[in-house]
Amino acid sequence: MNMENILNLTKILLEGLGTTLSIFILTLVIGIPAGIMVAIAQNSKCKIIAWITKVYILIIRGTPMMLQIIFVYFAPYYLFHISYDRFIAVIIAFVINYAAYFAEIFRSGILSVPKGQKEAAFTLGMTKTQTFFRISLPQIIKRILPALSNEVISLIKTTSLAQIIGVTEIFALAQKQASFQFSIIPLCVAGVIYLVLCAVITLAFHKAEKKLDYYTIT
Amino acid sequence: MKEIVKVENLVKRYKEMVAVNNVSFTVNEGEVLAIIGSSGSGKSTVLRCMNQLEKIDGGNIKIDEEEMVKEYKNGKPIYQSKDILKKMNLKCGMVFQNFNLFPHKSIIENVTEAMIIVLKKDKKEAEEKAIKLLDKMGIKDKKDAYPCDLSGGQQQRVSIARALAIEPEILFMDEPTSALDPELTGEVLKVIKKLAEEKKTMVIVTHEIQFASQVADRIIFMDKGSIIEMGTPKEVIENPKEERTKQFLQRYLERA
Repeated sequence: MNMENILNLTKILLEGLGTTLSIFILTLVIGIPAGIMVAIAQNSKCKIIAWITKVYILIIRGTPMMLQIIFVYFAPYYLFHISYDRFIAVIIAFVINYAAYFAEIFRSGILSVPKGQKEAAFTLGMTKTQTFFRISLPQIIKRILPALSNEVISLIKTTSLAQIIGVTEIFALAQKQASFQFSIIPLCVAGVIYLVLCAVITLAFHKAEKKLDYYTIT
Repeated sequence: MKEIVKVENLVKRYKEMVAVNNVSFTVNEGEVLAIIGSSGSGKSTVLRCMNQLEKIDGGNIKIDEEEMVKEYKNGKPIYQSKDILKKMNLKCGMVFQNFNLFPHKSIIENVTEAMIIVLKKDKKEAEEKAIKLLDKMGIKDKKDAYPCDLSGGQQQRVSIARALAIEPEILFMDEPTSALDPELTGEVLKVIKKLAEEKKTMVIVTHEIQFASQVADRIIFMDKGSIIEMGTPKEVIENPKEERTKQFLQRYLERA
């Protein structure tokens, strides 16, 4: 296989890049706020809410994501004969799954902010919402960045599971090319694309961590 | 003289343990009250109740004529509305043993935060005031540093400036020098003395007996959740009447 073939192949695979990145970005944009809400719900004083979120996290972390994707798309069909867009099903499944993992990360962050700082904010007359967004959240972000970067890197690779219900992204295209050309090269090219994406994400997180290096949390 | 704080028969329990048992006292405008006593005597808890950091189980606390608890129903306190409680809260400034500065904010931001967010002052005005306060605390040159760059004594002085920024009627200090190295306590005690000379109303919970007798107009000695003795420094420190006060002071002198 020559250079031209590889370039051609890369072009074909990059047609799936849009889908891969869409899944990735939408999961982050919806999943991170959802994760924060789940984390807050988990610490809720209302026992039922706290219990429901714990069960949700247990189920999501305790079952294969492949099963979750299939369930989200096919369960409405088998139960109510409702069929809907496959891409939307993928996004729903990814958000439900990643929100659970993000929630666990945020929960550790929330617990790490010293109680004394919240008390200080209270004695200064700040409301709970002000205290959360202005005092706790910036420190939570700094503290969870390394764990979050792990999860985000795993997400870009996990997008390849979307093909389970027939959403065509990079990996699906690579597999198709591999069987079509009877060659391992297309899969390797896909691997390189993922590697480049991960490198970019890693770099971005490094930059973010550096930016928050101006203070230390004691 | 105007009464700023009136604590009436305050009771605070943690499950079965009675932390504060029927404590009553008043603080007048311009007065410095020191509360001394050994660890676990309930002195910090009294302060935390006055600041609404702890819920109370009995009695009442009046800040500037406003009562914290409206009434008791089946032994449970019914508090005033949120607005009244917040107004009361803003009349009290609090200085913590562990400073509790916001680590992600610069020194000046720590001081301006409540002025801008809570009192809705404009940023420039808040900064000018913050610089004045930091100057008074002798720490103006650190205004752009972060808490992690400062020594404990410097951090505590910033936290005093931060507490003063909301212009409280009264300043509460919970063992302000207990977390400091001995050589750093002096600088913090100096600024507290300065505030006392300016007739800032303060309640100081402290282990520093000598300091307490220098700055306080009145001293309360607490033991096991109750007030054992209350009076001028001369009465409580120099001529204690109660046996428990004598024992406590004796132990303190032996250590010092």
